[in-house]
Amino acid sequence: MEWASWSEFWNMAGYGVYVWGSYGVTVLCILIEVILLKRAGTDTVRRLKRMQQWEEQ
Amino acid sequence: MKLYTFASPANFYHLAGKMIPWFAWSAGLLTLWGLYIGFFLAPTDFQQSEAYRIIFIHVPAAWMSMFIYLVMAFWGAIGLAFNTRLSFMMARALAPTGAMFTFLALWTGALWGKPMWGAWWVWDARLTSELILLFLYIGIIALWAAIDDVKRGDRAGSLLTLIGAINIPIIYFSVVWWNTLHQGASISLTKAPSMAAIMLQGMLVMAVAAWFYTIAVALVRVRRIILERERHTEWAKAILEGDK
Repeated sequence: MEWASWSEFWNMAGYGVYVWGSYGVTVLCILIEVILLKRAGTDTVRRLKRMQQWEEQ
Repeated sequence: MKLYTFASPANFYHLAGKMIPWFAWSAGLLTLWGLYIGFFLAPTDFQQSEAYRIIFIHVPAAWMSMFIYLVMAFWGAIGLAFNTRLSFMMARALAPTGAMFTFLALWTGALWGKPMWGAWWVWDARLTSELILLFLYIGIIALWAAIDDVKRGDRAGSLLTLIGAINIPIIYFSVVWWNTLHQGASISLTKAPSMAAIMLQGMLVMAVAAWFYTIAVALVRVRRIILERERHTEWAKAILEGDK
């Protein structure tokens, strides 16, 4: 184990801002992509259904 | 059942649906494993202290940014040559994730450059060509979005992808061809890796995780595109009616 305590872990020998800034934004990007993808999926199905009903009339 | 059975959008739609959870879970587990190696097993670097731990996302993100582009160019070329519908859909499904990884490679690079080089950004050949890659992704996505006619859009976007592919070897060899501030490759096919085995292992696990994540996300996206384009077929109508 490299770390004596959690505070040492979060501090990253003074490079915490850079290390966690990198990992944090990566997590954020992935979350945004997954959420957008989910939303786009339900939106598409809803839109296609509406178009289908409209075309059937 | 032959391999080309899955070139049919209907079959591929169902196959992709079955594959997504496997790739998504593998990606999640590999990420946990990679992070464990990266933060708890890999030792402190004697030159860069703890700042080097950015490598576990920086390098996989940079690899993915280039690799996804090559896969897009491959699908675009297949689509243009053989007029296979699914190829173009695959190319479209990959682009947003490729752009995301390109942005992340630049972002993590900036956060690594600041403490190590003293600058967030320098106009060095590696960084500049990677920035051009981001603009290429954005340009291709915008082109697809701007052209309403699906077939014309597919062709135009794929043509732009192929032309832009010239940038990939430029990014990759930039550290060899020019005198860059960015360091050379730590891993190459011709010589032993210039880094500790455990660091390398963490980086490779994260790279495989990024690759599985990309496959999962691209499959979700391609299923939506298939459904949209095939909505007049019987099977797509059945799916929409069954709300599956």
